Amino acid sequence: MSFWEVTQFLLDGFYISLLIFAVTLVCGAPLGLPIAFCSMSRFKPVKAISKVVVWIVRGVPLMLQIFIIYYAPGLLFKDQIPLFSRLDRYFFINYGINDAGRIIAVLIAFTINYACYFSEIYRGGIESISKGQYEAGYVLGLTKQQIFRKIILKQVIQRIVPPMSNEIITLIKDTALANCIVVCEIIKQANELAATKALIWPLFYTGAFYLLFVGMLTIILGKVEKKLSYFRS
Amino acid sequence: MALLIAENLKKNFGKTEVLKGISFSLEKGQVLAIIGSSGSGKTTLLRCLNFLELPDEGSITVGDKVLIDCAKAETLDDETIRQNRLHFGLVFQNFNLFPQYSVLGNVTLAPTLLKKGTPEEIEANARRLLDQVGLSDKLENYPHQLSGGQQQRVAIARALALQPEVLCFDEPTSALDPELTGEVLRVIRGLKNRDTTMIVVTHEMEFAREVADVVMYMADGVIEEMGTPEQVFDNPQSEKTRSFLHGAHEKF
Repeated sequence: MSFWEVTQFLLDGFYISLLIFAVTLVCGAPLGLPIAFCSMSRFKPVKAISKVVVWIVRGVPLMLQIFIIYYAPGLLFKDQIPLFSRLDRYFFINYGINDAGRIIAVLIAFTINYACYFSEIYRGGIESISKGQYEAGYVLGLTKQQIFRKIILKQVIQRIVPPMSNEIITLIKDTALANCIVVCEIIKQANELAATKALIWPLFYTGAFYLLFVGMLTIILGKVEKKLSYFRS
Repeated sequence: MALLIAENLKKNFGKTEVLKGISFSLEKGQVLAIIGSSGSGKTTLLRCLNFLELPDEGSITVGDKVLIDCAKAETLDDETIRQNRLHFGLVFQNFNLFPQYSVLGNVTLAPTLLKKGTPEEIEANARRLLDQVGLSDKLENYPHQLSGGQQQRVAIARALALQPEVLCFDEPTSALDPELTGEVLRVIRGLKNRDTTMIVVTHEMEFAREVADVVMYMADGVIEEMGTPEQVFDNPQSEKTRSFLHGAHEKF
């Protein structure tokens, strides 16, 4: 196989990695916000439930969570074939798409996992804003919503960009875990070449894809950080 | 008739009694200076007037409106508390400017959100106030680019933008370097000349004597002594006041 053929083959896998990355970010980042609010709730039961969920999700390996999401529905409904395998078949027969069910399982696991991590970053950011900022808003007669939206939020965003950047960079590398339920992400593709064509070098070559993408992310996130540095809170 | 009447205000934090029955009244255009050592309840009193804390007992009346009367069973909802706050302005010890807004933005934010006029009117008013506090050349700067004294002057303009009936200052110069206190005190002095009703918690005795119509000395949650600056500073009746003033004087 030529270099370009290998590149093409790996790219097919990297698109899946990027898909997992993008969906997790787009769904997980907003989902983290209500979880953060629950964790800060003054209503004790809500707070307790939220804390336990975050504890479990952050305390168990993501790979295990993928397995659980993938196999649990079948076990619950006493179905020999996992639900997501059925979805695989359904999408393949009707739309000719491979792996769709498995990818959905991975997306669910990733979104829940990352939403919990994001929620802790949000919580830290929100709690780090001084009480004086709220009080300054209160004495000016602003409502709680106005204070949060117009005063607190932007300061929180400024503070959470560095830890979020960290998490986002970890996310693209974590997509390799989709491997565990045989989703054809980039490392699975490279393994395939090792197994069928006895080619080892494509496996190492995958590193270049990650590096390139992380490099781009670093530049973009650095720009965001810089753009927000016009004020100091 | 008095503009502000506070009657028998009491406030506990847990088992600690911070305010043990504070009663006073203030005429329109008067300046009240509150002095006293830390822990005497001065700041808590201001926070009660601004509804950052709710008193446990007592009442607060502004004009002919009873803002809170703890003798009545009703609890105030958020909206009532918010409306009540608009009667007062508060300038904090550590400014609490909004860091992501420019100087002009800090002053226009609340009037804009509360729809206190057209954007043009609000901005013109903000520019006028910032001119009044001597910051016309800093409109587009952000708080972190200003000195402490300048930040505090922005905070004063921000509070004035909502035209509160009573403007409160919580140790406005305590967080400032000594050479910067003058500019802030000058602004407050200027406000007195414009008949602004003010309550100033301060450790600047000379300033209190000069600017205040009434001086209140607080100790352990009660008003130990209250009167004109001449009465309190030159002829204090209580032993506690005497020893406090003596101590404050010795620092220099």
